[in-house]
Amino acid sequence: MGDHHHGPAKGLSRWLFTTNHKDIGTMYLWFSFSMFMLGGTFAMIIRAELFQPGLQLVEPAFFNQMTTLHGLIMVFGAIMPSFVGLANWLIPMMIGAPDMALPRMNNWSFWILPPTFLLLASTLFMEGGAPAAGWTFYAPLSTTYAAPSVTFFIFSVHVLGLSSIMGSINIIATVMNMRAPGMTYMKMPLFVWTWLITAFLLVAVMPVLAGAVTMMLMDVHFGTSFFSAAGGGDPVLFQHVFWFFGHPEVYIIILPAFGVVSQIIPAFSRKPLFGYDSMVYATASIAFLSFIVWAHHMYTVGMPVAGELFFMYATMLIAVPTGVKVFNWVTTMWRGSLSFETPMLFCIGFLVLFTIGGFTGLMLAIAPSDFQYHDTYFVVAHFHYVMVAGAVFSMSAAIYFWLPKWCGRMYNETMGKTHFWISFIGFNLAFFPQHFVGLAGMPRRIPDYALQFTDFNMMSSIGAFIYGLSQVLFLYNVIATIVAGKPVSDPKVWDGAEGLEWTIPTPAPYHTFETPPKIDPAHAHS
Amino acid sequence: MCFEAKRLLKLALGPVLMLVSAVVLAYGPEVNQVNMAPGVTAVGERIYDLHMWILGVCTVIGVGVFGVMFYSIINHRKSKGAVASHFHESTKVEIAWTVIPFLILLVMAVPSTSTLLEVYNNDDAEMDILVTGFQWKWKYEYIDESGENVSFFSNLRTPQSEIHNADPKGEYYLLEVDEPMVIPVNTKVRFLITGNDVIHSWWVPDLAVKRDAIPGFINEAWTKVDTVGVYRGQCAELCGKDHGFMPIVVNVVSKEDYSQWLSGKQAEAAAIKELMAQTFTLDQQVERGKAVYERSCLACHGANGEGGVGKAIAGSAIVTGDINKHLDVGINGVPGTAMQAFGGQLNDVDMAAVITYQRNAFGNNMGDMVQPIDVYNHKKG
Ligand code: HEC
Ligand code: HEM
Ligand SMILES: [Cu+2]
Ligand SMILES: [Cu+2]
Repeated sequence: MGDHHHGPAKGLSRWLFTTNHKDIGTMYLWFSFSMFMLGGTFAMIIRAELFQPGLQLVEPAFFNQMTTLHGLIMVFGAIMPSFVGLANWLIPMMIGAPDMALPRMNNWSFWILPPTFLLLASTLFMEGGAPAAGWTFYAPLSTTYAAPSVTFFIFSVHVLGLSSIMGSINIIATVMNMRAPGMTYMKMPLFVWTWLITAFLLVAVMPVLAGAVTMMLMDVHFGTSFFSAAGGGDPVLFQHVFWFFGHPEVYIIILPAFGVVSQIIPAFSRKPLFGYDSMVYATASIAFLSFIVWAHHMYTVGMPVAGELFFMYATMLIAVPTGVKVFNWVTTMWRGSLSFETPMLFCIGFLVLFTIGGFTGLMLAIAPSDFQYHDTYFVVAHFHYVMVAGAVFSMSAAIYFWLPKWCGRMYNETMGKTHFWISFIGFNLAFFPQHFVGLAGMPRRIPDYALQFTDFNMMSSIGAFIYGLSQVLFLYNVIATIVAGKPVSDPKVWDGAEGLEWTIPTPAPYHTFETPPKIDPAHAHS
Repeated sequence: MCFEAKRLLKLALGPVLMLVSAVVLAYGPEVNQVNMAPGVTAVGERIYDLHMWILGVCTVIGVGVFGVMFYSIINHRKSKGAVASHFHESTKVEIAWTVIPFLILLVMAVPSTSTLLEVYNNDDAEMDILVTGFQWKWKYEYIDESGENVSFFSNLRTPQSEIHNADPKGEYYLLEVDEPMVIPVNTKVRFLITGNDVIHSWWVPDLAVKRDAIPGFINEAWTKVDTVGVYRGQCAELCGKDHGFMPIVVNVVSKEDYSQWLSGKQAEAAAIKELMAQTFTLDQQVERGKAVYERSCLACHGANGEGGVGKAIAGSAIVTGDINKHLDVGINGVPGTAMQAFGGQLNDVDMAAVITYQRNAFGNNMGDMVQPIDVYNHKKG
């Protein structure tokens, strides 16, 4: 392993062979950002086509490939890897560990991702085009009726599942074994807690997804009929299996975001998080409940009424721990000493918009009403409020918050705030009107729509372009910071920030906590 | 020529159609509608009330949460000299904000449960319609105890020229079909919903009915509409390329109009049945076939068989080749192309006529013909 006190290796081999959690974290973050741009490009194509009624730019078949790839790339390529990147950078620094527990596996779990997404994107150029059955790829549209590229899609899902499982095992092993002496579980920063729980969710449900796509593979190539009614199979089975993975998956996406927000709001309120213990318990209950609500995505498939009732009640219950979280964040701000630097702005944006997404979630949970909402733009609005304004906003907050620590340079605050406001306005312009068209009866995943929906779709497209452009500003700001930002050297970049990562020098040296720090027993969590 | 005639017809029919639509209430989304429509059924109204009520509860909670938050944002800012207090952890508060939401949810669960039970109450239906989703059209089959089922396909009527922006778009762009479902008012109608190929979902917002059409399953749903009118919906489950182009139109009419419509349909079916047994002359076939061609094939194969989306019929190797091969293309289509299987859509008489017509029109002077019995035998294999 050589001498640990050296800096990084030089050139390409540094990145190819690195086992350093900071390098790997950096690679994850850049990779996920590039996927964010790719998925974003697809979204721009979708919104450009939907700018007016009629077909202008693309044909329906290609439109479906765009929605499918957009969803898959955003979920699996942008959001999930970005939080893994954050985990890599922060978990060792937050628990006082020198690195991740399994550094070589860490290298692998990253490096199998880029080829996988290259393969997935290359399906666009294959005969019959890319997968086009939506990111939920319901059978038999995704099996018997799919283009040949579905085989490559299945392979991609297998590999990225592998990557997620390896990443999760690494996080679990690190958190369980590498905490500095005195860092008990109930002293861990909330970001570490939410990631620990997320990692367990991932290990539990990724194999289920792998099972689903394996059955698809068998149906496509080996003559089985798991999901084909003609051969005695059951298309609804696919949906049960998919959503048994899929619902926990949405919490896999949002729990680390909860963690980020729980670190940042106290820092800029200059006040400890109101209820640390209850936040931990709320996270755990959400994770538990997320396993027993999956069929709320399937209210219209014709389940027996008892099943519908069970899933409705269970889903409604999720609102309780989710509410606990929101109340906690707001109470943390109450009578604090607030300042509104960019990370805080993004957290407040998160808080407002995620709460709106939670409300629409509660509405969707009500099975009889969901007969009217299901598979309309109302659902599209709901999940963009929780995924974009939830996960992506919190990710932006995280980058602004920790970037100065990582590279020892301060970002441009004016540009950061501008990024926030343009994002906030663009996002709402893009997605708020989608509630309206959804309620008025516009189905999702259509390339063309009735004239009555025109104005709101136009608004939505303009908002989407604005939101998309604001990300270019973000990219510029980040690069400008890394290259030429104003140097900072105070270990505690933010006066209100708490936690071990703020005790090490700024910028964070290549190796940290080679000797474990001493944890002040009186000093509770973060 | 032909287009000229069509335009004239449209001009003449325009005022009539407008009059008709002013009398018959037409529903569907309104321009820039922002909320769910209460609909025209008792269940729809209950769902709408539930929706409004839960939206109201959420709004009240939202105002509370955001109120507290914005109060802090305005008054507890560092720039105003606010000093952070250090209170945290209060079991009382935390129990309160766990228990109170739980109680609110309990209250919400009551009307939700009863409405759901009502949605699921499929008993005592006065009539049944089998709804089958196809890529990309709907088939409606009126189940009749005597075995004389009436069935037909319902296709998108909006022309490609409107979709591709060559012609101005009509008022019901993408929400119009060639043949709507017709049901009587104030009658409990049960829908038996299934899919032929992939999963579709039959949704009419004004009736508050949405149910997935799944191959191998028959789902049940029902409606009882209390206002005469035309109600429009769309397929709600991604079903492939033309998912956005398979609308649903339900024409709700008085009971008298309904039985008149139904007997008309039954008479039509009986007439076809009779025709099936007959043999036709070439002239008869060509005459009927021309009408069928113009209705079902012209859009893709052109008014003069010159082709377009579809291949040219004039001089086509298939059309001027083996007659069985030609018939097979008509019945089973060409998989993977826009040439669909018309075997399930055209009755045997029309199929025989249109194939015969193609072989004897546009300069294809084959002189041979297909009889309905040939179509029947071909389908049987
Ligand atoms: C939606 C468009 C569409 C409609 C409507 C349509 N066709 Fe076609 N048809 C096609 C296309 C596309 C092809 C070429 C298929 C291929 O690539 O082989 C085709 C090919 C054919 C051929 C074979 C021609 C050849 O030379 O290969 C026949 C015969 C035919 N159609 C008959 C009909 C009949 C009869 C009807 C009406 C009942 C009809 N088509 C309606 C699109 C259409
Ligand atoms: C209060 C918490 C929430 C509740 C009660 C809730 C409820 C629901 C329900 C019932 C649906 C199905 C709607 C339908 O298809 O008819 C749904 C869809 C969805 N939700 Fe949520 N949700 C919540 C939070 C979240 C979060 C935190 C995320 C992710 C970050 C999320 C992501 C999604 C996605 C992606 C879909 C759509 C999936 C698809 O069909 O493509 N939700 N939600
Ligand atoms: Cu869910
Ligand atoms: Cu569809």
